[in-house]
Amino acid sequence: MNEPVARRDVFPRIAACGDCALAIEFAEHIDEAVNARVIALATALADCPIAGIEEMVPTYRSLMVLYDPEIVSGRVLRQTLATRLAGLAVGRTPLRRFRVPVLYGGAAGLDLAELAAMKNMTPADLIEMHASADYRVYMIGFAPGFVYLGGVPEALHTPRLPQPRQHIAAGSIGLGGQQASINSVPGPSGWRFLGRTPVRVFDPARPQPFLLRAGDRVRFQPISLEEATRLDVAVAAGEIGMTAEGAL
Amino acid sequence: MSLSVLQAGPMLSVQDLGRKGLLHAGVSGSGPMDPPSFRIANALVGNPETSAALEFALVGGVFAVTHPVRVAVTGADIDIRIDGVSRPAWESHDLRPGSKLAVGGVRGAVWGYLAISGGIDTPVVLGSRATHLRTALGGHQGRRLQAGDTLGLGGGASGPLLRLATMWRQAAHPIRVVAGPQDDYFGPDAWAVFTGARFVVSAARDRMAQMLEGPMITAVRGHDIVSDGTVAGSIQVPASGKPLVLMAERQTTGGYPKIGTVASADLPRLAQTPSGQAVRFKVITQEQAEALLLGWRRAWRTVIANLAEKPRAAARTRSG
Repeated sequence: MNEPVARRDVFPRIAACGDCALAIEFAEHIDEAVNARVIALATALADCPIAGIEEMVPTYRSLMVLYDPEIVSGRVLRQTLATRLAGLAVGRTPLRRFRVPVLYGGAAGLDLAELAAMKNMTPADLIEMHASADYRVYMIGFAPGFVYLGGVPEALHTPRLPQPRQHIAAGSIGLGGQQASINSVPGPSGWRFLGRTPVRVFDPARPQPFLLRAGDRVRFQPISLEEATRLDVAVAAGEIGMTAEGAL
Repeated sequence: MSLSVLQAGPMLSVQDLGRKGLLHAGVSGSGPMDPPSFRIANALVGNPETSAALEFALVGGVFAVTHPVRVAVTGADIDIRIDGVSRPAWESHDLRPGSKLAVGGVRGAVWGYLAISGGIDTPVVLGSRATHLRTALGGHQGRRLQAGDTLGLGGGASGPLLRLATMWRQAAHPIRVVAGPQDDYFGPDAWAVFTGARFVVSAARDRMAQMLEGPMITAVRGHDIVSDGTVAGSIQVPASGKPLVLMAERQTTGGYPKIGTVASADLPRLAQTPSGQAVRFKVITQEQAEALLLGWRRAWRTVIANLAEKPRAAARTRSG
């Protein structure tokens, strides 16, 4: 019998997620340095795999590894992971930078005016603040290709809507709490939305279905309706629609 | 070569063993709610384990084919008729063009599987034919099947009719659970409730999650965590205090604390528990759950390895 344990504050720690997964937790809060360690471990395990690990799920503060207990037991895997953690070097992974075009306001900018009023700003000021920040992709999760971004200026931190909306289009640019999003698929959401990007961060029909991954850096580039319309056509024709700014 | 859906049950979808390797990109595995039953159905019609078949909840539907195939229905005690003649589940039958296959009520369980020799041939999306209904990925146009749909079938339909020589039975133990990953969010009182109380399987259920009704479970450290990864079987406890178990079509990350994880060997049994029935949870170690999983895999592999040809007399009446 596995007695429920007392609170464990020593990080990193390795927690059981059933009989096929372990979570290596680096902290319980959102922090860039924490996320960098998560990604460093995922990269190290991808470069030098451990037999039996089938998938990895990097998130804000933890890395989940899914394993096949027919190949490696959780007990042995914990020991191997502890050794890897001891020798983990952060910061070797080259960053990828992208500039994502955004049409602020309009039909997709459902909350732009209200949010600006709430913050005592003009919509133009709010757009400038949102577009001048340097965002980090903390994780891709929840839905295919859904991009969770950290690095939202504090003045833009905003509670979620009390009542989620039933349909938010793919490509919507959102704010929820301290996080920002690029929505990848249509669906319900309680976040607030400032506009949309013509870029499809997820498209299963494209040879490269996912454009972003955890650890990438993102900036938003305000574009005109004309430019958005041109990009819509280009993206529909198979173009990516956003530019890489090169590795750091 | 195709399969026509003449009538469809309320939750009929194309599934295979699911998407692998894309959890990091937010893509759910999807796949069958009861994997051994799904595997046995494919094996009964001579399909490789990678073939796609149909999954349904409570009622299958009525089907017809354009060329002779073998069909098998598994998952539970399920009413099957070919041109009005009753046929047993858990064995394969011939189905000829012009005949109608009616897959009816599931008794004492929830999920059933209909496999057809050659397999369902819908487009492979991100490495799999499995339908993910929430994001409209895979399967037939990413959605539940409805009357009037026509699905392509693969070839290679010939082979003997098969039945089970080794029974496939799901044990009736409590649902076994490994504590964590957020077991420390819950104090002794919450743990006493979780391991002591009966929880009723709610009718609020789908391929994504199974809600449970019972006494409230309160997380002493709060019901919000910074989102982290989920697995099939993760038991989340939102602020309502009512636990929910993530199933085949789960979201890849979640922000509720997870008190525990249902053992892989017991998750299909929870999926197959009819709404309104009660379950209990029993905590075991990760090592014990791994041993259960390996034993469970051996058990369904044995069932598949021991499939036997149906007696000739039975086979002869098939054209009847």
